[in-house]
Amino acid sequence: MLQLLAKRLVQSALILFGVSAITFVLLYALPADPARMIAGRSATAQTVANIRHELGLDKPLIVQFGHYVGGLVHGDLGRSYAQKTQVATLIAARLPATLTLMAAGIALEVLFGMLLGVTAALHRGKLADRVIMMSSFVGVSAPQFVVALLLLYVFAATLGWFPMSGYGTAAHVILPAATLGLLGAGWYARMVRSAMIDVLNQDYVRTARAKGLSRARVVLRHALPNATLPIVAMIGIDIGQFMGGVVVVEAVYGWPGIGQLAWQAIQQVDIPIIMGVTLTSALAIILGNLLADVIAPAIDPRIRSH
Amino acid sequence: MFRRLLLNSTAAALMAFLPSVAGAQDTPAKGGDIVVTYKDDITTLDPAIGYDWVNWSMIKSLYSRLMDYEPGTANLVPSLAETFDVSPDGLTYTFKLRPGVKFSNGRTVVASDVKYSIERAVNPKTQGPGAGFFGAIAGFDAVSGGTSETLSGIETPDDQTVIFKLSRPDATFLHVLAINFASVVPKEAVEAANGDFGKQPVGSGTFILKDWTIGQKLVFDRNPDYFNKDLPYIDKVTVEVGQEPLVALLRLQKGEVDIAGDGIPPAKFLEIKNSPEGAQMIVDGEQLHTGYLTLNTKIKPLDDVKVRQAINMAVNKERITRILNGRATPANQPLPPLMPGYDKGFTGYAYDVEKAKALLAEAGYPDGFETVLFSTNTDPQPRIAQAIQQDLAAIGIKAEVRALAQGNVIAAGGTEGEAPMVWSGGMAWIADFPDPSNFYGPILGCAGAVQGGWNWSWYCNEALDKRAIEADSMSDPDKVAERQAAWGKIFTDIMADAPWVPVINERRVVAKSARMGGPDNIYIDPTRVINYDAIFVKQ
Repeated sequence: MLQLLAKRLVQSALILFGVSAITFVLLYALPADPARMIAGRSATAQTVANIRHELGLDKPLIVQFGHYVGGLVHGDLGRSYAQKTQVATLIAARLPATLTLMAAGIALEVLFGMLLGVTAALHRGKLADRVIMMSSFVGVSAPQFVVALLLLYVFAATLGWFPMSGYGTAAHVILPAATLGLLGAGWYARMVRSAMIDVLNQDYVRTARAKGLSRARVVLRHALPNATLPIVAMIGIDIGQFMGGVVVVEAVYGWPGIGQLAWQAIQQVDIPIIMGVTLTSALAIILGNLLADVIAPAIDPRIRSH
Repeated sequence: MFRRLLLNSTAAALMAFLPSVAGAQDTPAKGGDIVVTYKDDITTLDPAIGYDWVNWSMIKSLYSRLMDYEPGTANLVPSLAETFDVSPDGLTYTFKLRPGVKFSNGRTVVASDVKYSIERAVNPKTQGPGAGFFGAIAGFDAVSGGTSETLSGIETPDDQTVIFKLSRPDATFLHVLAINFASVVPKEAVEAANGDFGKQPVGSGTFILKDWTIGQKLVFDRNPDYFNKDLPYIDKVTVEVGQEPLVALLRLQKGEVDIAGDGIPPAKFLEIKNSPEGAQMIVDGEQLHTGYLTLNTKIKPLDDVKVRQAINMAVNKERITRILNGRATPANQPLPPLMPGYDKGFTGYAYDVEKAKALLAEAGYPDGFETVLFSTNTDPQPRIAQAIQQDLAAIGIKAEVRALAQGNVIAAGGTEGEAPMVWSGGMAWIADFPDPSNFYGPILGCAGAVQGGWNWSWYCNEALDKRAIEADSMSDPDKVAERQAAWGKIFTDIMADAPWVPVINERRVVAKSARMGGPDNIYIDPTRVINYDAIFVKQ
């Protein structure tokens, strides 16, 4: 296990380096000049040149990248071009909101997804299965903006059950998490359904049934745990996605997460922030996958022997 | 020998336009907390750096400058300065500071703070976008070029006196001292903030930043020590950021929000406007804005003036104002109507498809040609670009619309030979100060027609540039009218060469709750966007 962890850590460091290199080159290749953006319409050519020089944008790309990586090694993500604040400070300020929404959103996704997926698998080919699969398809393809606004309009503006926007209390998190839960549950439902169908056809399930165990016990005790393996991996991926930001949902509910920060930075070509959020997101994907790899053997002992 | 420079004649023009609202409004009263919303986070409150229309108003209220404007107007008045004098040659400006003004850290504002603040705005290390505004101060080139940290043209013989020596007469200099970049800041607070003064602002304005939760909200409290004891009226302004305009509007209707800073989403505008309570909510006013289509004079066949004139006649501006639900009026010259120098008698190019076709044929393009039209990709700009595309198709010009992120459009416009046409929507903003020169240099003058410049027509007319310099040298207050006429003529003469299609003058719409008081022109202030100093809650 320790050996595996060490190997994964080295891999992770290499992946992070790769991500930062690719992102850096892509941002540099953009035909948008950050200095020009900061300077605005009224700036003289001299002012733009001065800003470019102060930001180090007039140096060769490799020197800039070396400087950036040098900072990273010391835990320095640099300063925002537009705000001048430390990128680490800006990301840290938004992390609690992002983590809260991530936890609540994934919990609801998994809950809805498992309920629907198991139900569909147990009624395979019947009406319930077809309805669930159809609606899960609608769910994953529905525009986030429309669903978020709909929930907001009904439950916050009209019924007044929840605050319309903001952050800080449990009531604030319910609508954005529900939006993500409803929309993301489809993927989980589909995955759980196919895993369940696969498991239900296994010999050991037949054996369990033959022993005379109740249907509920067979499903909950024998089939479900084995069908949850792919979900664990999927949560790992979801963590990364949420960390990259769920921009639309955050925007509608005024949720101060990392997605908002990234979206504004992209518009302003604020490269240090874009880099910082990309790296945070990559790190989250790596950690998520690592977590999945650690948890999987705990659920399925067969993985341990491999 | 000294003369006091009085009212800018903008005043007359503005006051004539702005409706007389005093009688209709409640009397301003002190007190009250309000909530304001914006979609975007506040980038910075550092006056040397902040340069977008959201932080602009807040910076105005956090800091004081030597000069300022009467609320809701473009009338220049002394502010941190108690009095000022201009030498007859227009090269020396002497200011006497108002005594006893305090920064919010408790220290008294002295003359050296003014000098420090302007030098800081010019210093390349600050990375401020506004350095160029101070170009007329003697010693500017040395600071801008990085060979000096101090401006030789600013002297502070005592704590109450600041003397500016200019290297050339600059009729806009008093306006320059009223823009945000000239805000006075205490050196010790800037240094203590360690590069992040924008999040820890210290000024001597009407408000003090009390609290800033990044990504969520900013709380501004009244500055109890502000030198004008009558201002501000409001006790506390809470600015909530990250608020979707549609949601902000719903919250406004429920009474949770007092000012929806981003206005009303276009799709909702008519519905709100036509509802009984909507009329009370909407503030709809003219601003110093012109939306234009640049025609690149260095790209064939737009290098032919007849082609550019034909395009000017082909664009149906009335239809574009309808796309904006009437929140704009058609433009015929670069200056907006509110700007001094605007020529009411000038009609420009009338919409005339047949004449446009004939002119295009005369230029040798009877069957039109293919070209590219750049636009930013946020609503409603692509729709306006498509409307222009259709208008051009009617005279045979096939324009491919490229709707890109703002940064990419700016880069394309500023690269020679890259963008034949650019629709400016979303990138033209309220003028930095209400003077016609502000609409020339960077966007129509030779200085802006360089790599990375903002003159996307790449139009450079040296004769007009010379006239522009002459007009800006007329700093004699007796010649204000003459100067404005000279500027106005420059802009109408430019239209003979047709480097732009002036398309619309956009109006600004703010949505406010019924309890907010004050005339409309302080919610769409010509120099501030929203004048937080002058708004009040009805009792």
